[in-house]
Amino acid sequence: MTNQAVVVRGSSRPGKAATIGLGMILPASVLILWQTLGHYGIISELLFPTPYTIAESFITLAIAGDLWTNFRISAARALLGFLLGGGLGLLLGIVVGLFRRSEKLLDPSIQMIRMIPSLAVIPLFILWFGIGEESKVLLIAKGAFFPIYINTFMGIRNVDNKLFEVARVLGFSRMKQIIRLVLPAAVPNIMLGVRLSLGLSWLGLVVAELIASSSGIGYMISDARQFADTPVVFVGIIIFAIAGLLSDSVVRLIERRLLRWKDSYQG
Amino acid sequence: MSEGVEALIKTTKGVKETPNNVGTAPINSNKELESNTTPGVWKSLLSDLSIGAIIPVVTIVVWQLAGNAGWISAEFMPTPLKILDALVELAVSGELIHHLGISIGRAGIGFLIGGILGLLFGVLTGLFRSVEYLLDPSVQVLRLVPHLAIAPLIILWFGFGEISKVVIILSGSFFPLYINTFMGIRNVDNKLFEVARVLGFSRYQQLRRLILPAALPSILLGLRISLAVAWIGLVVAEVIGSQSGIGFLINEAKQNSRTEIIFVGIIIFAVVGKLIDSLFHAIERKFLFWRDSYHG
Amino acid sequence: MGDAMLAISNLNKRFDTAAGHVQALYNVDLQVQEGEFVTVIGPSGCGKSTLLRIVAGLDSGYTGSVTLEGVQIGGPGIDKGFIFQEHRLFPWLTVEKNIASDLPLGNKEVRQKVDELIELVKLKGFEKSYPRELSGGMAQRVAIARALLRNPKILLLDEPFGALDAFTRAHMQTVLLDIWRTNQTTMIFVTHDIDEAVFLGNRVVILEPRPGKIRNIIPIDLPYPRKKTTTSFQELRLKVLNQFEKVDELELTDGAGI
Repeated sequence: MTNQAVVVRGSSRPGKAATIGLGMILPASVLILWQTLGHYGIISELLFPTPYTIAESFITLAIAGDLWTNFRISAARALLGFLLGGGLGLLLGIVVGLFRRSEKLLDPSIQMIRMIPSLAVIPLFILWFGIGEESKVLLIAKGAFFPIYINTFMGIRNVDNKLFEVARVLGFSRMKQIIRLVLPAAVPNIMLGVRLSLGLSWLGLVVAELIASSSGIGYMISDARQFADTPVVFVGIIIFAIAGLLSDSVVRLIERRLLRWKDSYQG
Repeated sequence: MSEGVEALIKTTKGVKETPNNVGTAPINSNKELESNTTPGVWKSLLSDLSIGAIIPVVTIVVWQLAGNAGWISAEFMPTPLKILDALVELAVSGELIHHLGISIGRAGIGFLIGGILGLLFGVLTGLFRSVEYLLDPSVQVLRLVPHLAIAPLIILWFGFGEISKVVIILSGSFFPLYINTFMGIRNVDNKLFEVARVLGFSRYQQLRRLILPAALPSILLGLRISLAVAWIGLVVAEVIGSQSGIGFLINEAKQNSRTEIIFVGIIIFAVVGKLIDSLFHAIERKFLFWRDSYHG
Repeated sequence: MGDAMLAISNLNKRFDTAAGHVQALYNVDLQVQEGEFVTVIGPSGCGKSTLLRIVAGLDSGYTGSVTLEGVQIGGPGIDKGFIFQEHRLFPWLTVEKNIASDLPLGNKEVRQKVDELIELVKLKGFEKSYPRELSGGMAQRVAIARALLRNPKILLLDEPFGALDAFTRAHMQTVLLDIWRTNQTTMIFVTHDIDEAVFLGNRVVILEPRPGKIRNIIPIDLPYPRKKTTTSFQELRLKVLNQFEKVDELELTDGAGI
């Protein structure tokens, strides 16, 4: 969902450097204004620490090792939850996609669970599992489960009937049909599901750590907020943004490799 | 990236589910085609329903029985009947309506402000390249931030009052509408633009007769995602800190270990979220009847 | 004609639609000898594709008998190769992997056969290309190689060159004749192009619509390679064309067979 697929209409576009330059105008002037206003005390340093202060705080945290420790904990939670939820989603998506009987049995229940917003169950999870790791990992897993499940299921169901005819004419066995036709054809959908799931994993992590945690980047933010240590709040937010961007880029890279054969692949 | 994507997935699901070949193996679909006589349809639909109901019904019955027998503690997991009792009690006392009204009000205001801003900026960046070059990179960078991560910052800035909740909600609902409006306008078929030029449309006519109708599906999709995100943002905002609303109800129940009320709250969140989504889905369908590929 | 490889007798096929019944095939009788090249031609709606799909085992629900080497056709299988109008290659597989499809390329025998076929359909150098990188004619050649790898007793082609431009089509016709003469595979070729039918076939089977039945079978006893410009070719072409003058609705050009 980026703006890469934009249709270029008639008018000549400025060069790449010019585009970047134009795009930088707004953030650069905001940053400079912010820094200047903060510097002269016109806006409260407490609520809007200057970019410089934020950078300083970033470096301090990085050197002290707090940042890395917290980040590792957060990343491990997100990854564990993603693998758990995503793995289960992939598995059930395949089973439900391949076998009609399992669809009739399982899909209605899964759709019911899907209606429940994952973030609303946080208090319940905390009540059940305390603020330990289980509640957070499970929460992330619940979020990560559905996109992969649904997209795998859809991908399998939407395999082109024409290719099924080819498989029949070529005498594919049932097993070969699944391995050689159904699964490869579903890969684009599955990868889309993976990307959506990953995004939800990070979001789930953020919320879980904000609400109930004693470690991790979310806790760092939450803790800093209580002590009105605003620069640290900013640092935490930036870390989340970068982590989300990086993980998404990695999946996209994998996607691009896997989908080299696709005609209209635009990432 | 947010819970709103679930709404997006829902849409793709809706669109894709309908086409002909639902059978995994052609063998299946053949069989089903044969049984597609009218009484057969009802019969198979009924049997599908009952098969799908097996797991939920068994779960609820076992849950209730296990609760009655005292195998699971009521504090950990109250029985379905107890949850129902709590729901009725809250409904009768008027508490439920009170808190639900407050929640919906918050979500509505946040969604309205965020959505209008998103629509406005989306139209501007979509129509004018100069605005796009100036604005879009910044918006794209801001979008990277998981919108709920800035909740603490917003609370720092605005305190625990109404403003922070509304701001949290609007910050979430801005992006889906912005992006979808922008994309919708940019993806208008170039061929239709040529037609508009051949027909001598004025700039205003182009906007009114071509761009907006063509971008409408995308905008409506953005609207639905924004709503979903607003609703989820509300949950988080209210759970983090508030004195009223469904989230408050849940939070208070957690502190008092009234687990059945937590369940009631979650169910209300789910049901209202679903209702809002269905409502907008219906509106979408009404507006998009002209799209032959639209099955959502 | 007692020892025909493919024997179709008294074949009837009806489609039930909301508007009523459509008699797609009516009392069709046809024998095809081993090594023969039969072309089937007719206007759209005459059931020529249906006929081919029944022989392939893709369509069922007919009455009458269709036997391949004396055995009733039960379903699709590798003894019957099928080329669709679209190439229908697996988009995620390279050319060589598409030809092998479910057979392991690591196997020495398969590997050798695939290489031979790539040579035969003149695709050397494109082994590792993906379908999206191929032209329509090349992709259709891959599809032919894919079908030939399984040593089918009979190759069924359903307007395989219908979507190609005139030049590519002429080229593909010679390629196909080459393959036929090298491999001596029995072919049934459905087309809506009279030139193509006369150029390729030993016999041209003419179908007429509503109900779909055989109007005539015209033997083409010209030696291969044929030239479309010779008078004898033109005479036979006219003879086929004359069959259609009698058909009320002449819809030869759109070629949208059922």
